[in-house]
Amino acid sequence: MCGIAGLIHRGNTSNVGFELQGMLQALKHRGEDSTGYALYGKTDGQNFIMRFKVGENVGEGSTSVMEDVSVYDERKKIVDGYLSDLGAKIIKEERILPYSLRYEIEYNKDLMEFSQKIESVPGVEILSMGKSLEVIKDLGNAEAVCKRYNLDKLVGTHAIGHARMATESGVDIKSAHPFWGYPFSDVSVVHNGQLTNYWNNRRVLENKGMRFMSECDSELIAVYLAEKMRNGATLEEGMKESLAGLDGVFTYFVATKDSLGMAKDTMAAKPLVLYESDDLVAMGSEEIAIRSVLPQEIETYDPFDGEVKVWQI
Amino acid sequence: MANLKTSEKKTKAQSMGLHSEVLTGKTQQKFFNPDEAENFYYFGTYDVDFNKRTEIDVKNMECREANKKIDELMKDGYGTIVIKNPQGKHSLGVGILNKLNLIFEGSLGYFGCGSMDGPIVRINGRVGWSCAENMMAGKVVIEKNAGSCFGAAIRGGDLICKGSVGARTGIDQKGGTIIVGGDAGAFTGFMMQRGRIIILGDVGINLGDSMYDGTIFVGGKIGSFGSDAVETELTDSDQDWLKRKLKVAEIGENFDVSKMTKVVAGKKLWNYDALEPTEKKGAI
Repeated sequence: MCGIAGLIHRGNTSNVGFELQGMLQALKHRGEDSTGYALYGKTDGQNFIMRFKVGENVGEGSTSVMEDVSVYDERKKIVDGYLSDLGAKIIKEERILPYSLRYEIEYNKDLMEFSQKIESVPGVEILSMGKSLEVIKDLGNAEAVCKRYNLDKLVGTHAIGHARMATESGVDIKSAHPFWGYPFSDVSVVHNGQLTNYWNNRRVLENKGMRFMSECDSELIAVYLAEKMRNGATLEEGMKESLAGLDGVFTYFVATKDSLGMAKDTMAAKPLVLYESDDLVAMGSEEIAIRSVLPQEIETYDPFDGEVKVWQI
Repeated sequence: MANLKTSEKKTKAQSMGLHSEVLTGKTQQKFFNPDEAENFYYFGTYDVDFNKRTEIDVKNMECREANKKIDELMKDGYGTIVIKNPQGKHSLGVGILNKLNLIFEGSLGYFGCGSMDGPIVRINGRVGWSCAENMMAGKVVIEKNAGSCFGAAIRGGDLICKGSVGARTGIDQKGGTIIVGGDAGAFTGFMMQRGRIIILGDVGINLGDSMYDGTIFVGGKIGSFGSDAVETELTDSDQDWLKRKLKVAEIGENFDVSKMTKVVAGKKLWNYDALEPTEKKGAI
């Protein structure tokens, strides 16, 4: 089933980590195999923030294979060496969990080359790369993940998130949403639905040099949009093309450094409730997600079939 | 619907010694006899007084708790119940089989007022997916917008949304009337079998797709017709009925019904005309 939520403060900042946690927790009945956050924080915009994992969460419910922590250390060491080879300078390093790290990096070259090099280390995946984007995803419900990663203090402009009920692929971090729009900095995607032309599209996109890290159909949306943008399309143009290019039922959100967008398939088979005002847009699979940030009586509506909307901060 | 063949079969079966068991329980078939009226009991119904009014705040209640509270209040004879702070909660006001004035001061989530038979409900907010699903009788008025599958499979009653509704409005509808003051999404009247849908605004693609029977009236633009749905002539009696219905529903009273498009099923389906001869299809 899965639940998605997103919000954007226009011309303002807020405690988006806490707000999104409340929205996703309200949707936990739609799935709590894993929960993911894509938070757009308030930064100086100078350095990249790289969130990456060197292993999987092998806790209860996980479909991943148990590994010794020493393997994680070894992988981290190789990543550090590759960063040096690439000319990237680590400004700040945080190891939040044995398998999950956050680096602040000074780097100004090609991100595709960078990502390919780092992810050539087996078991290593970049969850996000951006100057304001941070993707945090792990097993468990919204509260558990928020607590594990201390997200409730994060101040920013916008955020999207996902509460996942695993259906098409494993219960692991690599299949959890949001997906980073590799190789674009600050692009992330969450999706509720099922894509039926996943393998056809994947083969075409892989032949064009795009990378897939999981077998989750939702990852296709991030890669599909990234490929469109790589060929010069705007985000909104890419999203409009996706209505015909992606087959199946879907409602998805995509966020960039300064915008937030939603798209709904032509069957309108997946739910979405939307609240829009001059200074705030909040949306989710169910109204109760919006009510967690706006308990007062408000005007909400369901976008129609085939609708695409994009808002700027 | 009883006929000779069925009776013969029944007699033969009984003469062979079948069906000798004594039927008990809820599934037992009974035929109404006014002399035995006092023996008939509609489970979950109470005598209520519409002038007896109360309010409950469901802000900190789960939906089961809130529904149970409504049931208890009806049991105590309250005929007008105001629900404060529903805050988008799911499945509120479901399964009410009673005469009741129920007022929601706010918005409902999914499956609000489903499977009900009799109440008059006013929702001063918005409703999520599948509002009033399987409603048998009664009236539900929504002041703002509604989500998809609005009035799914309703059998009777009036379901009125003053704002716009999502996709698949009236899916599998088997009776009753759905009235929408604004626009409606794709697949409106999808697989509908009976009843009427009135949309004053525009509708999306595939209107009336795979409809078996029933009638859809549209005041605005139509995205496209679905399979089996065709336009037919809007008669004077249609216009009279639309005017009356919109007036009673307190919505679009001054709307020019003469410009509405009437949509019916284009195919004749087995036995449908025999079952309900009033639903004539003018465009077969």
